[in-house]
Amino acid sequence: MKKILAIVVLTGLLILLLSSFLEMPVLGSIENPSYNDTTHYYLDNAVEDTNAPNVIAAIITDYRAFDTVGETVVLFTAIAAAASVLRVLHDDSNKEKVKH
Amino acid sequence: MDDLIVKTITRIIIPFIQVYGIYIVLHGHISPGGGFSGGAILGASLILYTLAFGYKDAAKKMPHHVGAILESGAILWFLALGLIGIFAGGNFLTNRDAGFYMGNLSMLFNAGLIPLVTLGIGAKVASTMITLFHTIIEED
Amino acid sequence: MSILKSIIEHINYVASAILFVIGLYTVLTHSNLLKKVIGINIIETSIFLFFVSVGYVTGGRAPIVEASGNHVYVNPLPSALILTGIVVAVSITAYALSLIIKLYEAYGTLDMDEIMEARSGQTNE
Repeated sequence: MKKILAIVVLTGLLILLLSSFLEMPVLGSIENPSYNDTTHYYLDNAVEDTNAPNVIAAIITDYRAFDTVGETVVLFTAIAAAASVLRVLHDDSNKEKVKH
Repeated sequence: MDDLIVKTITRIIIPFIQVYGIYIVLHGHISPGGGFSGGAILGASLILYTLAFGYKDAAKKMPHHVGAILESGAILWFLALGLIGIFAGGNFLTNRDAGFYMGNLSMLFNAGLIPLVTLGIGAKVASTMITLFHTIIEED
Repeated sequence: MSILKSIIEHINYVASAILFVIGLYTVLTHSNLLKKVIGINIIETSIFLFFVSVGYVTGGRAPIVEASGNHVYVNPLPSALILTGIVVAVSITAYALSLIIKLYEAYGTLDMDEIMEARSGQTNE
């Protein structure tokens, strides 16, 4: 019963998603609205601005480096959360204290 | 998990995996790759060691406090590199205007901030992968 | 025929929609917690596929700029942004797995329904 209800609802969701996706610009078209001025700026000026040929490296570590700081903080938070949930005690130095 | 074939092949293949991971990290700004993918390869090599030799041996090779130091040190290194930009009179994480060495195009150390930050991210991702894996499989 | 042509022209988007629905079905109908995590990962994969497909250009090269020649490059921005998504996906998976380990230690089962029965039995008595 639960499965039939889920299948009906998700078929409706699939039809909704497909009817939206089929109205999008054609896959791989250069007139795609996402290929806009920002992209042209990055492709034209990344080598002069940062001296790195790899544009993606220039974006993630120079133009949007603050975003990457957030990513590393997310990784740090994830590992801190996992270690605190599992509550592993590391007594490497024979001291009775909890790291992390 | 006492399989001679698995242990021997692991012992042979791990240096090559790690050299490839370091190559991906160091060439992150001139070829496909970067800190995240190279760090994932480096972490995967240590996970392979853990799977082949067991947790006890792997914990001797890569103890938890080394992972904690790498973890915290990489993010502090990243933030310190950003603060250099502020002290040089620009914004947080300024690259060219902060006076980083730019060098020639397509050389290994050229793009100022980018290889240094990539190195930090690589160490961070590798230590995160191996520490998460060890934390999850560890038994009390 | 026109809808068939339209589907072929948007094949990556169609695949990402189908993957999204498969992942959501897995999350909704399975009571095993590990399978729920697998469903969440399938949903994340569909989002990555959709986002990277938006940036694809037919015949485009990887965005590593060469000095010689006038090439067409794919859009670098979605590829750079989706790195954040991958990192968040890894973090969510790790945290969910650690929570599942503690739940298994506490209740001795991974089944959602059995855990809820055990919890309600404790509170009613």
